Parts: sequence; structure tokens; C-alpha cells
Amino acid sequence: MANRIPRGRGFLERTTASFVDALEHTFYAEETAGADGLLQRIHPRVKLLGILALIVPAAAARSFKVIGSLFILAVLLAALSQVSFGVLLKRVWIAVLLFTGVIAFPAPFVTEGRVIGRLPWLGWTFTSQGLVSAGYLVLRVETATTLCVLLVLTTPWINVLKALRVLRVPVVMVTILGMTYRYVFLMLETAHDMFESRRSRMVGELTGSERRRVAAASAGVLMSKTFDLSSDVYLAMQSRGFRGEVYLLDESRMQRFDWIILAGFTLVSATAFWWGR
Amino acid sequence: MNSTNPSNAKQTPVYEVCDVTYRYRQVTALDHLYLTVGAGRRVALLGANGSGKSTLLRILNGLSFPDKGMVNFCGEPLTEEKLQDDGFGLDFHCRVGLVFQNPDVQLFSATVFDEVAFGPLQLRWPHAKIRQSISEILEMMEIAHLKERSPHHLSMGEKKRVALASVLVLDPEILLLDEPTAALDPKSESHIIDFLVQSKGRGKTIVTTTHDLGILEDIADDTFVFQGGRIVAGGPPSEILSNVALLKETSLLHSHLHIHKSGEVHTHPHLHQHKE
Repeated sequence: MANRIPRGRGFLERTTASFVDALEHTFYAEETAGADGLLQRIHPRVKLLGILALIVPAAAARSFKVIGSLFILAVLLAALSQVSFGVLLKRVWIAVLLFTGVIAFPAPFVTEGRVIGRLPWLGWTFTSQGLVSAGYLVLRVETATTLCVLLVLTTPWINVLKALRVLRVPVVMVTILGMTYRYVFLMLETAHDMFESRRSRMVGELTGSERRRVAAASAGVLMSKTFDLSSDVYLAMQSRGFRGEVYLLDESRMQRFDWIILAGFTLVSATAFWWGR
Repeated sequence: MNSTNPSNAKQTPVYEVCDVTYRYRQVTALDHLYLTVGAGRRVALLGANGSGKSTLLRILNGLSFPDKGMVNFCGEPLTEEKLQDDGFGLDFHCRVGLVFQNPDVQLFSATVFDEVAFGPLQLRWPHAKIRQSISEILEMMEIAHLKERSPHHLSMGEKKRVALASVLVLDPEILLLDEPTAALDPKSESHIIDFLVQSKGRGKTIVTTTHDLGILEDIADDTFVFQGGRIVAGGPPSEILSNVALLKETSLLHSHLHIHKSGEVHTHPHLHQHKE
């Protein structure tokens, strides 16, 4: 989408651009999920269980080699699944590094142990144990997030939700999440149209109080539309026999290939556990 | 007003709407309305926006209940208590299908397949039968290629077809269609009209709300004209369409300014005319 608007151009422009960005992210995810890659060919249930099986040893291992190997495996899976490294770098690796980095930053300075250096000017000392702790945290989060993002980027969201049934997530929860996913786009488009129509009739910048008024009014209108829509959706469900219970029909079936992949994930997970004890 | 076919005169009507009044707070949507819908008839409810057509469809589908008056379904009163009974409620919703005007209301599932499966799953059909029925209906509506798609990726015409398929999969005896051709491109519109034309003679009762005069003769055997929550006229489509004064009075006739080659500018009404 071409109407990305630079920061600092005004409240309405930025809000509209953020709606477009949100839609763009989703379209990218759906496009990747439809690509012909390794992970895309695997049954969602196997993928969910397999990714979980890799995340657990990554979180539990006490060895950089193990966590690093799992991270490399995640990168390899991304390459085989046509997931762009640029997207992973921008949306996952740098974002996680910044976020986790803030949390891990104090660790080298407050963890007791062998002092290996001193910060210039500030004079704070840092320890090797502290650096290792911070390194573990960052690498574990990077690995786990990369694996999670791979699951989401290579699987249509509704299939991820249906796969949650294997973890005994109730049908009603899966259905509500599915409906939320479906209507979030409708509301996003409605909000986008509302802001676009306001923007098309405006000249100049809004003051702070005007921005707040526009935001409050738009939120109110959107909420009212949401209420109307939800009551109509409920009627539509009732008209097709909804009586408080929801049922799912999962079309997909696991193939021999999926069982082999599941066995592979289990083997890798068990090895990582044993190696990273 | 009566839509009973003379040949089925002794048959119990599908719907008998008797003195029904319905209000949205201060606004009266239906005002002492009487209507009879005979079995197997294709009925068009004609009226401008806000004339009460959609409200009536919701009442006929047991989603709203009149403030005054009563509705009989196949000779039995259609009440809230009755519809709360699982046996009657499920049977009723299997026999009567409503297609909403706004397909976004009706398409609440994450994929087209899940959407069409919703009704049969609620009615606890065996899974093999559900798969078979979905496959058939998607083929019939020419939307099999959309099976795995999410509704937010569909065009308005595709959404309308999916909405129709989600109701038709239950093979209802009675179809209630709320503005089925509204906001459609010509191709999608003709697809829906083709379906309504082909449904003639299949024994289904179809009640369609519309303000599109151009399709009236193709989709209906009987027409009722709504104004202010009341039925002001009824009869065969040809009779209604020939009553220009009535159509003007009920804001159904399309008219706008025209510039002719001579430079003359004037307004005159438009009416779709069928040539024999």
C-alpha cells in the first residue's frame, strides 16, 4: 500500500497510516502463509506442537550452544519457508533486542561475580556472570519469538486457532477468537474510512484539544457501530439455529509426512533438553 | 393482504400476519399489518428505505416479536416461548432461512467453509453429510474456489453469494431475502436474480424485500407495497408496476433531471418495461 505517511504530519494522517500498516502486516502474514515452503506444508497441529517442543528447551537450556543451535534451526526453517530475513530482522530481532535489552541492561551491573570491566565516565563495573545472564535472556527471547513468529507467518490464523484444540482449548474460545479476528478487519476498515473522510474535509493542523475531541468522538461512533453489529451478528447466528453451543468441523487430516515431521521435532526437542541440562 | 395461490387455496398458509405492530422505541416500524403468504409462492415486499420490510422479515424469522398482534407459522402461533424449545426452534430454523441485507452481519466465521458449515453443525448433522452438502452448495453458487478464503477478502458480490449459500445449505422450505441485490455489481446481481428465477417451480416459498422495480416481475408472483409500516397495495407485479401513481406516492419510482439534445432539462420517472 502506497499511502504511508511520515511521522509528524498530523494526528489524522498518522492514525490513518497506522490502520493501513496494521492491514499491511496482516496481508503480508496471509501471503507468507500461502507460500510454498516447508512449514506451510506441515499440518498446523504438528507445527504448533513442534514449535512448542522447540521453545521449551530454548527457555530451559543453560548452554549458549544449545540455545544458539535452536536459533540457527529457526533461521533455517525461516529460509526453507520463504519467510523474509528482512521482515524477521525488522519486526522480530531488532524489536526483541531493544525490548529485552532494556530489561536485561541492568543485569551485568547488578549481578555479583568476577568484574571484567568498567564503563567509561560512569565508572560502573560489570561482571561476567551478569553478561552471561543478560545474554541468556536476550538469546532465549530471540529464539522463542522467532519460532512463534514462524508459526504465525506460515499458518493461516484460523488454522492456528483450530490447532489450539489439540491443547484442549475450548471450542467456544476458538470460535470467539475466530470471530474477533474476522471482525477486527471490518472495524479497522470502518475506522480507516471514518478518519479518511474526516481528513478529506480538513485543511490545516488540529490543535491538541481538537485531536482529543476527534479521537473521543471516533471511538464513540465506532463503539456504537460495534454494539449494533454485535447484536445483528447474534441474530444472524440465531437465525441459523445457534442455541448457545458452538461446534467446529475441522477438515484437515494429518498425513504420514506430518507424523514424520512430528517425530523429527520430538527428537530435536529431546536432544536439546539432554544437551542443555 | 393475501398471496395464497388459488390452486392451493385450501392449503394452510405458511405465514399469517395478523394486526402486527412493532416499534423501535418511539418509531413505529410496523403498524397494524396484515399479510398472508401462501406455500410455494414467491412474494416481493416492495417499499422505500425505512418502510418496515426488514423488520417484518426478522419477525417472520422469529428473531423479533411483535408488540401487538400475532404471526402464525403453518397454522401455529410463532411465539418466543415456542422458539425457545429446542425441538421446535431447531426445526423452525431448518425450515426457514433468512439472508440478511448486510452480508458482513451474516458472515461471522473465519472462512467461507466454516461459514457454510455453521448452520448444519448447529443442527447436529453428521459430519459426512455436512461435507457433502457444503461441497454441493459451493459448486451450485460457483464459489467453491473461495472455500478457504476469509470473508474480509471477498467482494460484495462474493459475500452475498456466500451468505446465500450459508442459508441454502440447510435446504430451507422458506427463504427470506432482505434486499438480495442491493449494492451489487451487474454480474453479481444477475447471478442472484438467476437463482431466484430458477427457484420458481421448486416449491420453495420465497419472500424478498426490494425496492428494485426492474427485477420485480422476474423474482415474484405476488407483490406487496409498504409505506410507513403498512401494506398499501398488493397484487401481481405487472399490476403494481402499471400503477405509476402508487409507485410515485410510495417513493419507489426513480426520477431525475435529464438534459435532452435540444437543451431542454426536465424530470420524468423511469420504469423498467418488459417487452413480450
